Amino acid sequence: MPSTAPILTCSGVSKFFGGLTALDNVDFEVSQGEVVALLGDNGAGKSTLIKCISGVYKPEHGQITFNGVEITNHAPSEIRDRGIETIYQDLALAENLDVGANVFLGKEKKKRFMGLFPVTDDEFMRQEATKVLDRLDIHIPSLKQKLVNLSGGQRQAVAIARAIYWNARLVIMDEPTAALGVPEQRKVLALIRSLRDQGVPVILISHTMHDVMAVANRLVIMRRGKVAANLPREGANEELVVKHMVGTAEGAL
Amino acid sequence: MTVSAANVPKGSPARDRVLDFMAQNWAYIFLLGMVIFFSVTGRGFLTLANFSTLLVTSTMVALMAIGQTYVVITAGIDLSIGWTVGLSSVICARVMRDLINGGADLAPAILIGVVLALFFSLIPGLVNGVLIARIKVPAFIATLGMFGIVRGAAFLLTDGQQIVGGLPNNLQDALRSVGSGSLLWWVPEQGIVFLNRPTDLPPAITRGIAGLLPYPLIITILVVVVFGFILSRMQFGRHTYAIGGNQEAAVRSGINVRNHLIWIYVLSAFTAGVAGVLHTFRFTAGVPNAAEAALLQSVAAVVIGGTNLFGGEGTIRGAVIGALIINVLSNGLVILNVNPIWQFVVVGVVIIIAVLVNQAQTALERLKANA
Ligand SMILES: Nc1ncnc2c1ncn2[C@@H]1O[C@H](COP(=O)(O)OP(=O)(O)OP(=O)(O)O)[C@@H](O)[C@H]1O
Ligand SMILES: [Mg+2]
Repeated sequence: MPSTAPILTCSGVSKFFGGLTALDNVDFEVSQGEVVALLGDNGAGKSTLIKCISGVYKPEHGQITFNGVEITNHAPSEIRDRGIETIYQDLALAENLDVGANVFLGKEKKKRFMGLFPVTDDEFMRQEATKVLDRLDIHIPSLKQKLVNLSGGQRQAVAIARAIYWNARLVIMDEPTAALGVPEQRKVLALIRSLRDQGVPVILISHTMHDVMAVANRLVIMRRGKVAANLPREGANEELVVKHMVGTAEGAL
Repeated sequence: MTVSAANVPKGSPARDRVLDFMAQNWAYIFLLGMVIFFSVTGRGFLTLANFSTLLVTSTMVALMAIGQTYVVITAGIDLSIGWTVGLSSVICARVMRDLINGGADLAPAILIGVVLALFFSLIPGLVNGVLIARIKVPAFIATLGMFGIVRGAAFLLTDGQQIVGGLPNNLQDALRSVGSGSLLWWVPEQGIVFLNRPTDLPPAITRGIAGLLPYPLIITILVVVVFGFILSRMQFGRHTYAIGGNQEAAVRSGINVRNHLIWIYVLSAFTAGVAGVLHTFRFTAGVPNAAEAALLQSVAAVVIGGTNLFGGEGTIRGAVIGALIINVLSNGLVILNVNPIWQFVVVGVVIIIAVLVNQAQTALERLKANA
């Protein structure tokens, strides 16, 4: 299924926070139609890597290219415009705004007021948000609610809806099922599969091994800022993954 | 969710609705109550002339509170605008005076004075914005520093005087025709008169003359409408709320938060600049400390109007109501002959009540959402 030409390439990416090396010369690739699971212990550098990809952090060394274009030092808005959408571990939602405003945050739909002044088209944004949530089979009673008033799972659904609304060409999910109940978790996994089937690659960060094994094609395991292993799903098992995570596998660094 | 909902005692729907209405509109109700109270107790409060004066006096705090609302929604604060008003007022008066003394015509002198005053007011805002957004200086510190700098600049421009006075008479008349002028006048026993305030009338009538649409009020309403519209309807406003709600989320969604914050502080300086120009027109002099007291009042107005000091919430409408409440209080207390010092105490109490009510309201909203 996965074609060979990588759509995203990270080569030699390093990121430091003061004296701490969060990423150490990381090489990482994603190809069309793949679901790549990014695994590793707490603090291994998974979130840091995907923030470098989405433009939130600027790496000190290395290169990131997407569809053949270097995006290493691009602003988050440019990277979103190129089709990379990210669901962050901490969700990164504006909880003082409603669902529509969050799905469209930074890309607001506008209309003309009295044919002259560009104003936000809140009704349109709310309707579109409803549609995308329906697609996810997630129901939020009142879309006019501010997010503070929603449950953790509902907020997570909003974060997911925001990422998939935009016909992304690469979707990054950092712990997307963490706050969800079992039925909702299943829906997210189904969504990941359907994205893959539509040819949209997904990077999935998860500590839930069951989820990973259910949807991933390839497992990339990080340890202390380095890529410790890069394994196809076939032939991998939990035990092997854990060994790579803690550094006791044969040939581990 | 359902558990907490079950714990909420169910009142009658009608009573709930009344409570809800009160919580959401308490500032209006409070303002109305105060107006009624002073109308009943204070002689001369409920007159057109007094209302007109009261509204015009409120324009200073209202204008400052508009910019301050934007700033506070982004979880910042602007302590420098009190002196930005003064700087603007001083530059406006001084440029006009010196140009006319140098032989310039009235109209161009006034125009240049206004433009330069507004232009130079933006500079402290720009510096604030750059310090806060790019160099990550806390807003409180950056604008406190700017407080001192702008204060110094304003006094330097007065040549050490407390005021820029000595404006030529023709200039004073011209300024007064705008600053104390009105589109419509109410004249007792004569009715409504356009543009020119009638003179040479008996004092009993003169005292009753009231500007129905004073120019400073018209200008302020214009600023209120424009910035209220931008905040509530346009993308700039949406991003302002987003930054206050979760700055990190705003950055990650691609909003240029740094530039946005710089604009916010420039905007805050701009509304202060407008207030300074209006002050010069109203008092035909440049007054460096014109808004010394109005600074804290502007913050108070913003808080009374329901803006959250932690950011993410607030409206221009609320700020205007807040400014009115503060000015009705001072005006009413003066009319009641209360020692002016009490104003500080009363305004302080109102601010605390405002914060309490707003907190209660947020809690209520959450309960309802989860019910
Ligand atoms: N903004 C930051 N400033 C300083 N240190 C940071 C920052 N972000 C991450 N780190 C550090 O970098 C290292 C990698 O963190 P990262 O968040 O990428 O880990 P992770 O693999 O996502 O872990 P988890 O599974 O717990 O989410 C950690 O030691 C973390 O403390
Ligand atoms: Mg993480």
